[in-house]
Formats: sequence, C-alpha cells, structure tokens
Amino acid sequence: MSSDKLSLKQKFDRWMIKHGRVLVIGIPYFWLFLFFLVPFLIVLKISFSMAEYAQPPYTSLFEWIDEGITITLNFGNYLFLLSDSLYATAYLNSIRIAAISTIITLLIGYPMAYGIARAQGSMRSVLLMLVILPFWTSFLIRVYAWIGILDREGLINAFLLWAGIISEPLIMRQTEFAVYVGIVYTYLPFMILPLYSTLEKMDVSLVEAALDLGCKPWQAFAKITLPLSMPGILAGSLLVFIPAVGEFVIPELLGGPNTLMIGRTLWNEFFANRDWPIASAVAIAMLLFLVVPIMWFQHIQTKQEEGQQ
Amino acid sequence: MSEAVLERVHEDVHKTQPWNNPDAVPYIRFENVTKKFGDFYAVDDVSLDIYRHELFALLGGSGCGKTTLLRMLAGFEEPTSGKIYIDGVDMAGVPAYERPTNMMFQSYALFPHMSVEQNVAFGLVQDGVSRSEIKELVADMLDLVQMTKFAKRKPHQLSGGQRQRVALARSLIKRPKVLLLDEPLGALDKKLREQTQFELVNIQEKVGTTFVMVTHDQEEAMTMASRIAVMNEGVINQIGTPFELYEYPNSRYTANFLGQVNLIEGVLVDDDEKYAVIKSEEAGCDIYIDHAVQGHQGMTFWAALRPERLRITKEAPADAKYNCVSGKVEEIGYLGGISTYHVRLESGKRIKVTEPNSTRQIEPRYTWEDTVWVSWEAGAASVLNK
Repeated sequence: MSSDKLSLKQKFDRWMIKHGRVLVIGIPYFWLFLFFLVPFLIVLKISFSMAEYAQPPYTSLFEWIDEGITITLNFGNYLFLLSDSLYATAYLNSIRIAAISTIITLLIGYPMAYGIARAQGSMRSVLLMLVILPFWTSFLIRVYAWIGILDREGLINAFLLWAGIISEPLIMRQTEFAVYVGIVYTYLPFMILPLYSTLEKMDVSLVEAALDLGCKPWQAFAKITLPLSMPGILAGSLLVFIPAVGEFVIPELLGGPNTLMIGRTLWNEFFANRDWPIASAVAIAMLLFLVVPIMWFQHIQTKQEEGQQ
Repeated sequence: MSEAVLERVHEDVHKTQPWNNPDAVPYIRFENVTKKFGDFYAVDDVSLDIYRHELFALLGGSGCGKTTLLRMLAGFEEPTSGKIYIDGVDMAGVPAYERPTNMMFQSYALFPHMSVEQNVAFGLVQDGVSRSEIKELVADMLDLVQMTKFAKRKPHQLSGGQRQRVALARSLIKRPKVLLLDEPLGALDKKLREQTQFELVNIQEKVGTTFVMVTHDQEEAMTMASRIAVMNEGVINQIGTPFELYEYPNSRYTANFLGQVNLIEGVLVDDDEKYAVIKSEEAGCDIYIDHAVQGHQGMTFWAALRPERLRITKEAPADAKYNCVSGKVEEIGYLGGISTYHVRLESGKRIKVTEPNSTRQIEPRYTWEDTVWVSWEAGAASVLNK
C-alpha cells in the first residue's frame, strides 16, 4: 500500500511507532534541561561574577567592549570560600551531621524494614502505610511539632518534671541533639523504603540454607542477609545523606546558633548579605561535594545489576 | 533349601530391606508427630521409621504435609507434639545449625553473592575446617557432581541443572547423617530430570548417606526411592517399596496416586478361602478374584484394575462368565510404543486400557465407536475397601 492512501490516523500511528520512543524519552530530558540544567548554569555563571549594588546584584560576565566580547571570570568567590574558615567549618559540620544522622537512620531503619519485610501479608501493608503516613502532613508542621516536644516548656520536660525525675527542665531544643532528632525523624522513611524493597525480594530459604549449613542466626545475618541487602543500604543511605547535607529548615528551627550547616550559610549569603556570587559559589561547591558519592553509587549499582543478570 | 541357605537369604533381605527385619534399629524415627499451624493440622499424628542408607520418599500432593515433615527433620519447624529421633538422639529443641542433617532446597537457595566454590565450601568454613582441607574436600565434591569446570562461576551464570548439582554438592560436603531433598528435580525439564534421577541414586550409593526426599512426582519417587510414604491431608496413607505400593495399594487414594488405575465399585456376593466374587453394576459383570477377601457379603469394595493389565479384543473371549465387559471405544491415544483406549461401558463408566504396540500394524487396530470387549485375569485386580 502506498503511503498516500493511508488515513491520517494510520500515518500518525506509523510516525509514533518510528519516533514515539524518542518523544517519550525526550519529555523528561526536556524537563530536566529546562528546570535543572539551565538554572544550574545561571547559578554557575553568577558564581563567577562580583557582587554589586544594582539590579541584579552582581556584575555580568560578558561585556561588549570595542566590538569584541570580553569575558570576566572572577574566581575570587571560590578563593574566598577557601580563605574564610567559616565555610570549611560549615561544610564539615554539614557532612558530619549528615553522616551521623545517616548511620542512626540506618540503625533504626534496618530492623524496621526487616520486620516489615518478614511480616504477614496484610500486616505488611498496614506497617508500610504507617511508615508513609507522616508524608500526608506538611513537613514544616511536623518540624514545628518537634519544637513543641523538645522545648523548655515542651512535652518531654513537662512530663519529666511532673514525674519528678528532673527538677530543672532539660535544654534539648536549639542543640545539635535536636537537629539529629529532626533529621532522623524526617528522613527515616527514605531509609526504610529502599531497604524494605531489597529485603522483601530476598529468598527466605537463603537464610535457612545458611542455618542448615551450621550458621547461628547472627552469623547467617552477617554472611547472607547483610551483604545481600547492600544495594538497599546504599540507596537508603544516599537518599538520607544527600538531602541532609543541604538541610536548612531543620537546623534553622531546631538547631541552636552554634549548629552551623551549609544550608544556613547559603541562606545568610543570599538573604542577609545579599551576596549572590558568594552564595552561588557555596552552592556549586556543595554540589561538587555531593556529585562524587552519587556517581560512586551509580557505578556500584550498575555493577550490581550486571552481576544479577 | 537347606537351613544355612535360608539363613543367608534372610540375612541378605535384612541387609537390603531393614524394614523387614524386626531387629533393625531405625535411623530416623517420627513418634506420633503432629504439627499445627493455627487450627490447621499440617501433619497429624505421624509415626514413621526410616532406616540407614535408605533413599526414602515422601510422596503426596501439595498441602499434604510432606514438606512440613521434612522441615521438622531439618529443624526449621518444631513439632506441636510428638518426638523426632535421628540416630537415637531426640531432636527436640536442637536448632537447625546443630542438627546432623543438611538440606537441598527446592529453589536450591544458592548464595548469589558467592561463587560455586564458596557456596560448596560454606558449611566447612562455618565449621572452622582448615583451609587446605576445605580446598581438597571442595575439589572432590565438585568432581563428584561434575562441576569442577564451573568452580569460579556465580550461581546466576549457571543453568538449572548445574545449579542443582551445586546445591547437592553444598548439602553433601558436611557428610550429614541425613540428606534432605525438597523436590530435588522439580525445577528441571523432563529430559534432564530423568537423567538426573539416576545420577542422584548413583551418588547416594557412592556416599552412602541416608536420603529423605519430598516429591509430588510419583514417577520420580518410584524410580529413585527404596521406600515411599504416600501422604494425604497430613496423614501417611501407606508405606512400602514402589513394587508394594503399585501392586498392593491399600486404598483408592494410593492406587490413584501411583500410576493409573480403573476403580470399579461393587458388592461382595460370594467369598471363600480361595476366591471371591464381586458383583458390580458399574462394570456390568461379576468380578472374580483368585484370592480370599477380608470382609463379609454385602460389603462394598472397589476393584482396582491397572490399564496395562486389561486386554482389549474385538470378539468376546471364549469363557465370558466373569471379568469381561463390552463397550464402545470413545477415545484413542496413539503414543507410538503403546496405545491408550478409553472404553465407555453400558453403565456409562469409562475404562482406560493401554496396550503395547508390539507388532507393526498396517492400520490402527481399533477406531472410534468400535464395539470391543475388555477382559482381565482373575489375579489382575486388587480389592480395596476404602
């Protein structure tokens, strides 16, 4: 049949079969290009400019001088990040707090995920539901609720005073402890869900085989369950670690003036100092910090997937 | 026969058939074992003796309790009541990792993050065997199951049959007193299964371990096992050698489960010390049995007739008083070596007959709607009362 005898619909269908794949893949790529790559390039550009009292509050990189384009790249912002110890402290603090939070989340999340994965059918969906349930309320409200719990006049202190266990209220809010509580609480589901999905897929008879071959239960866990749940541990840890590094709301609301994290520094540069170039440099540096573990994770995952085929 | 010869024959029988020797000590003993899951009786008051060097098969449909029985032996389940002994030792409260049993899992349960070698060595490493000894034992075991070439591979790089061998090697390497096999050939295709059946029996003879195997496949059980326990709804229906079970089933369930059978219902009308006659409306003839039947006249019995013990002819046999019915050929299955015929009797009962095609035919012997006679010997039927 020659192509001009085809109806419009048939033509469209054939075109879709040929190009549909590109179209489907193209949409998310276009989205990422528009809302991720372009803003990123803008931030990158700003990070190489200089602050000035103007609208926008930075110098432009490209100038039309004498019929030629002059590009002025200012590395001063990055050098400034290195020279002022405030930034290094903030980065290290962020990474330390994020890392410790990730470990605590893992220690709490692993037994929970294991319990859910081994629960009976109907019980399992109820437990999973309970893990996801907090997402139905605003994150901000939940953090405020923690203020109410940890405050000087909060629930915990009120209870302990009433029970006569303490005579002076404990200082919990505006400490690093409160930041840990906030981060662990908020990100726990991100740890549990990937762990659950790897543990749930694991064949129970593998553990039985290990027991059968002479392993005590904890040995079977260490030799079989733990290594086989590594992909879940990695995925969960990165899902917690990466956003925790850049966390702003939790340290701002629960942390004290001493809990210096990079998210807060970023906020201060942008809104308090109105130094957009420095703020952009801070953001780019943080991105570079995080890209490394993400790439490493990707690498491990592809290797794992290759291994399973 | 002289006394001495008789004695030797007895000794021989006692050696190869310890279950017929009243003095033999069972190696594995289930004593009134019951396992309940909630209100459900998975295993209901089972007593069973298994002897050393046996290849014992637990045979039954899904949910009959055979796997639960095996898992109780392995230590993955504790009996609700009753006792299990292995080599005289009470297994109550002994955890799986301290039992002298090893299991080959239905899914094989090979550790996906370890190589073939590491999988096989796992049990020895766990026991703290020295590295040089492990190396030697693993090499021997891989040689036994012909997997030496694949020692460095990971389980996902193996075919189904190769995985099965690795699983066998892994469960045999600790020289368990009892090897438990859960549907050992279930995941293999038919051809490979037949080949592996014999290999498994050979390996069992070589290593001399007692094997207890669970299967739903009667052919597998019959080819491999020294004795079979037929299970149904948590209860053992019958225990015996493949021969005993096939030739002397004790119930319609066993008769049906092992091989094919025509069950014909009737009433005992005449019995004597040497013969019995069952009147069957279903068959439309009287069934003459050449031995006595336990029961009284008027009781309902079933004559179990194997399809291959029936003769099919165009003419009525000469002395057609007993054991002979006519019907119409309803279905024909030509399988090359044998043919199967479904014959519809006047009562509406359908009878299956198989006949070997032992001579070359110019055209098929019978065709649809042919009127034929089905007859059998007086000794062909086993008489069942349940």
